[in-house]
Amino acid sequence: MNWINIKRVSKAGFISFWRNGMTSLSAVLVMFISLFIVTSLVLGSALSQSIIDMLKEKVDINVYFKTNVTEEDILALQEKISTLPEVKDVSYTSKEEALEGFKERHKDNSLILSSLDELKDNPLGAVLSIKAKEPSQYEGIAKFLEEDGVSISSDGSGIIDKVNFYQNKLVIDRLSKLIAATEKIGFSISLVFAIIAIIVTLNTMQLAIYTSREEISVMRLVGAGNWYIRGPFIVSGIMSGFLASLLVLIVFYPITIWVGSRTADFLAGINLFNYYTQNFFEIAIITMGVGILLGGISALLSVRRYLHI
Amino acid sequence: MIYIENLTKKYSDKTLALDDVSLGVERGEFVTIVGHSGAGKTTILKMITAEEIPSQGKVFFESTNVHDLRRGEIPKYRRKIGVVFQDNRLIPNKTAYENIAFAMEAAGRSDHEIVADVPEILKLVGLDNKLWNFPHELSGGERQRVSIARAVINQPELIIADEPTGNLDPINTFDVIGLFKKINEMGTTVILTTHNKGVVDLIGNRVVTVEKGKIIRDDKEGKYVL
Ligand SMILES: Nc1ncnc2c1ncn2[C@@H]1O[C@H](COP(=O)(O)OP(=O)(O)OP(=O)(O)O)[C@@H](O)[C@H]1O
Ligand SMILES: [Mg+2]
Repeated sequence: MNWINIKRVSKAGFISFWRNGMTSLSAVLVMFISLFIVTSLVLGSALSQSIIDMLKEKVDINVYFKTNVTEEDILALQEKISTLPEVKDVSYTSKEEALEGFKERHKDNSLILSSLDELKDNPLGAVLSIKAKEPSQYEGIAKFLEEDGVSISSDGSGIIDKVNFYQNKLVIDRLSKLIAATEKIGFSISLVFAIIAIIVTLNTMQLAIYTSREEISVMRLVGAGNWYIRGPFIVSGIMSGFLASLLVLIVFYPITIWVGSRTADFLAGINLFNYYTQNFFEIAIITMGVGILLGGISALLSVRRYLHI
Repeated sequence: MIYIENLTKKYSDKTLALDDVSLGVERGEFVTIVGHSGAGKTTILKMITAEEIPSQGKVFFESTNVHDLRRGEIPKYRRKIGVVFQDNRLIPNKTAYENIAFAMEAAGRSDHEIVADVPEILKLVGLDNKLWNFPHELSGGERQRVSIARAVINQPELIIADEPTGNLDPINTFDVIGLFKKINEMGTTVILTTHNKGVVDLIGNRVVTVEKGKIIRDDKEGKYVL
């Protein structure tokens, strides 16, 4: 297929797209619906991923130390914990910082503050905050802390006062389950809808090309080669896909504004519209890519049926 | 040029359309095939254009066995033949000009040749003022002339016309047959089918009569006997 043929085939494709007005329009509409679904799924899964990431960020477990434990012992333990593969981050809060934080949180409560002042010693212990890479890994980390010899000071006594994993366990478990379910269900739904979109588009294309089968047989009889016949149909299909994806990208503007303004509170600060505009480039590439492939491939598959002999 | 040898065609529903037919057509001949409806005339032509496969027997174009051609070679083979049908089979959403240009493009002719030849051939068939009309904007006779123009544009060695006058009134029939005679005089072989006695008389050339899938007569000088 040389340059002149590509030029002729594209031109013929454009012209027939234009002249087959209603047929082309219905192909664009069907693909619009398919692409709308695909883009919603992409947007939805990206959004739920960022919500999950945000929630993960909020979960951690705290290790509270006995007040008499030395800083060296704690830092040694921090050292050990941070070498665990599941651990993303361990941060140390000293006794003094813990006290500052406590006073800060209760600065309006004079009763608490005054009773604190009466105490000579700092009643608060130091704290290590541990973030795991996945919520499901906290259990393992909590177990690790209970192991013999892990949290023991140089003189052989236990140093940990308490680990708040067990208070947080319920939340952490639920979050782990939610993440696993979201990923599984999201994937299945996307797969089902993508298949439906392909089938519907293929059928519409087939119907459109069915009306041209007479034309195809004439083209064959005047000795046109297969690619010469297929080409214009594929170009038309690609055009339908391209136009449909443009429409989808445009329509998502008002939709994301509307949905975004309604769900921003609930989604804890993630605004759908901002998300859409910030990731517009990637979303546009995915939508157009899927549209062009869907249009081109379904036209190719449909026209092949009428090209035998 | 065309050699049909012991050709039998049974369609998938067991209709015996051709029964051991043999026929030779020499270069430059004008052969008219006549016969009742359902006799098998169209089937013979479809064998030559490789639209249908024989159940038995062979068809040669010169020394090529038509049905041994690989799929990829068929388009090239078909460009040696121009075809005209009773219902003209123009591409409905292409103008007269584009229908002819399409056949030229398919044959790999240059844009330059297309721009020069299409108006000329349409002028030759008397349609120089209908270049940009779509088939539905043309009369039956005009459409048939476009389809003849399309058939001859690539200077094929053979023209096959299946009842090209079937839908035309006597005056248009006369014109169209005149065109075929002119094409034949310029050296192109023509094979044409008809059930019209007037057409046979008008052509006055070799007449092959088909009945129930068999050739029952082959007259050198136009005669319509049925
Ligand atoms: N695709 C097909 N499948 C089954 N039978 C067919 C097919 N095409 C033609 N036939 C049968 O083959 C026989 C010959 O048909 P053909 O079209 O060759 O006749 P014809 O001489 O051209 O007739 P007409 O003058 O009406 O065009 C007929 O009985 C017809 O019904
Ligand atoms: Mg017929």
